[in-house]
Amino acid sequence: MSVLSKLEETLICLKAGRVTLPYPAQARPVPENFRGRPIFDATKCIGCAGCANNCPAREILVFDVCQEIRILQYLGRRCTYCGRCADVCPEKAITMSLEFENATNKISDLGQKLDLFMSTCQRCGRCFKGAAALEELKMKGYRSDDIPHERWIYRADAFLQNEPENEPIVEDIQIELD
Amino acid sequence: MLKNLCEKMFGRSLWVYHANSGGCNGCDIEVLNVLTPYYDVERFGIKLVGSPRHADVMLCQGPAMRSTGQALKRAYDAMPAPKLVFAIGSCACGGGMWFDSYSVLGPVEKVVPVNYYIPGCPPRPEAIIYGVAVALGLVDKKVAPVEFKQIEFPIPIYHPDDLRRDHGMVVYEKLKQV
Repeated sequence: MSVLSKLEETLICLKAGRVTLPYPAQARPVPENFRGRPIFDATKCIGCAGCANNCPAREILVFDVCQEIRILQYLGRRCTYCGRCADVCPEKAITMSLEFENATNKISDLGQKLDLFMSTCQRCGRCFKGAAALEELKMKGYRSDDIPHERWIYRADAFLQNEPENEPIVEDIQIELD
Repeated sequence: MLKNLCEKMFGRSLWVYHANSGGCNGCDIEVLNVLTPYYDVERFGIKLVGSPRHADVMLCQGPAMRSTGQALKRAYDAMPAPKLVFAIGSCACGGGMWFDSYSVLGPVEKVVPVNYYIPGCPPRPEAIIYGVAVALGLVDKKVAPVEFKQIEFPIPIYHPDDLRRDHGMVVYEKLKQV
């Protein structure tokens, strides 16, 4: 009786065939609606920081180094691939890709960092995205070099960090909130 | 001869110890899924063991918690010397979504040194196999840090040490491109 049951088991195993996936040697496609690593498109990004405000893991950082440049940094380490940043992005600059093979030995490999150019609203002093390259050149103080001596010159000395009388450039602009 | 044969046959056969230090069991299910015949990592010689004293690799899931961090450290210390630590899931890689709450210390690398990171919430079984294959040297890692700059800004925010005051102006002379 037991021999018969063993034979039956053997038949079942033979019928099933080989089920193991040959995975690392052969690529395995993911489903269509799979959410992998988010890809940030810097040409579309307007720097609204909606993704940073909506990230549940709070790992999209926004930092304004000065009035014109906003750094948007995606760390990637505790991202749960929920796709909220891609949902909330008004310009569809974030796409959830199908990449899932993100294993690495250095955690900083997962990060993405965008340096975005922001122009200044002349009325309120807040930032908005520059429209064209020509308008960037027209900006006040965008370039003020010392041409006879062939040097780069900066009107603000806000970035001399070792001198105590410096004031951050953020305080140059009075933002009225009411 | 038998020793050489054993070294050839059993080299790189990792025995893994499965340590959950406060995760939600999602990554545990995926790790156990990897050990099933469908994904079958035993063809790489990987075997699940019950004690850290038998293990070569510790698979960490979940963040280092205030209550389990010391236990995780003791389990790491109990492993014999050539040892690897894999952080599986976004909790172990970066602390997870509740990385800044009271009971969470942070990512497991605050307690034990981590060699390989497999992000995902939870990572697919294929992603875990990919991470193991990266560690074994079967495949190369695919991710690399992305950095994008919309413009090169004249103010050298990244090198404030090179700024120099000259006749009431701030001069930066080390800039390569004009």
